[in-house]
Amino acid sequence: MGLETTVGDLLPEVITTRLDALVNWGRKSSIWPATFGLACCAIEMMAMTDARNDVARFGAEVFRASPRQADVMIVAGRVSIKMAPVLRRIYDQMPEPKWVISMGVCASAGGVFNNYAIVQGVDKVVPVDVFVPGCPPRPEGLIWAIMKLQEKIEREKVFKEEKVA
Amino acid sequence: MSESIERAPSATQYPRYVDASQVRGKFETTIEEVIEAVSEVTVIARRDGLVALMTHLRDEPSLRFDYLSDIAGLDLGEFASPRFALSYHLYSLTHNHRLRIKVLLDEEDPRVPTMCPLWKSANWLEREIYDMFGVTFDGHPDLRRILMPVDYEGHPLRKDFPIKGY
Repeated sequence: MGLETTVGDLLPEVITTRLDALVNWGRKSSIWPATFGLACCAIEMMAMTDARNDVARFGAEVFRASPRQADVMIVAGRVSIKMAPVLRRIYDQMPEPKWVISMGVCASAGGVFNNYAIVQGVDKVVPVDVFVPGCPPRPEGLIWAIMKLQEKIEREKVFKEEKVA
Repeated sequence: MSESIERAPSATQYPRYVDASQVRGKFETTIEEVIEAVSEVTVIARRDGLVALMTHLRDEPSLRFDYLSDIAGLDLGEFASPRFALSYHLYSLTHNHRLRIKVLLDEEDPRVPTMCPLWKSANWLEREIYDMFGVTFDGHPDLRRILMPVDYEGHPLRKDFPIKGY
């Protein structure tokens, strides 16, 4: 997608590794979340953006109503079996690169909703990068998850690794 | 703050349950039993003649049950016979009174006539009962699942349904 396919092929390898750092820095500094509030966790997700917690310090304050403009999907709340295909569809509509944060115990493992209606862990539907414990997690917990995700993005290889023979 | 607010007399009274003995004579074959407990009245009715009974309850001027507030479904257990029960909760906005109609259903044949022509609210309520208990409503205009996904297997509120689904 985009940069790695065009610039990456043209430049020598020494600069490629530096480009990795540059691109990752750009990506981790503005991870815009897709709004996916499903339950009470969404209230804490909103609280994350307020003046006290101020997730803008980490560049993730711009909640997008369209998945086309989002980088990370914060699954905030219990996912019902009926909602699962919708969740997957929103995820598929997000452009690469994309990440998923599973917020709270319900999204991560079903929580107290160990029943016929709720998906027991959202990782059955979409690949999850960071799980946040808590019921619900405090805004600090979610900011921690975003920081963990930033660490993860820093380590990512943007361009194709050359195979070591 | 004002000390007292004028209200219509009916609004200040709790809804009371209607005396069901007046309909009992008229629907002897349909009504099995009338139970009065904790100032609530429950009519145990048979499936046959249920529509006629309900129509009478709605249209008789002294009763005028113009609002079907809820239908509850019951699974009395895998070994109970009859196994299922439906509980219709009727309310009269005109007279501010209530009545509960209970219908018992066998496991082999869990079907009742629909109440959609009488009360519009029956449509979604009956769909919910169908979704959760698998009770069929004859004559229902649109009997689909309402809460669970269309491809869902089983009826979750049955007692023999595994807690996490099949």
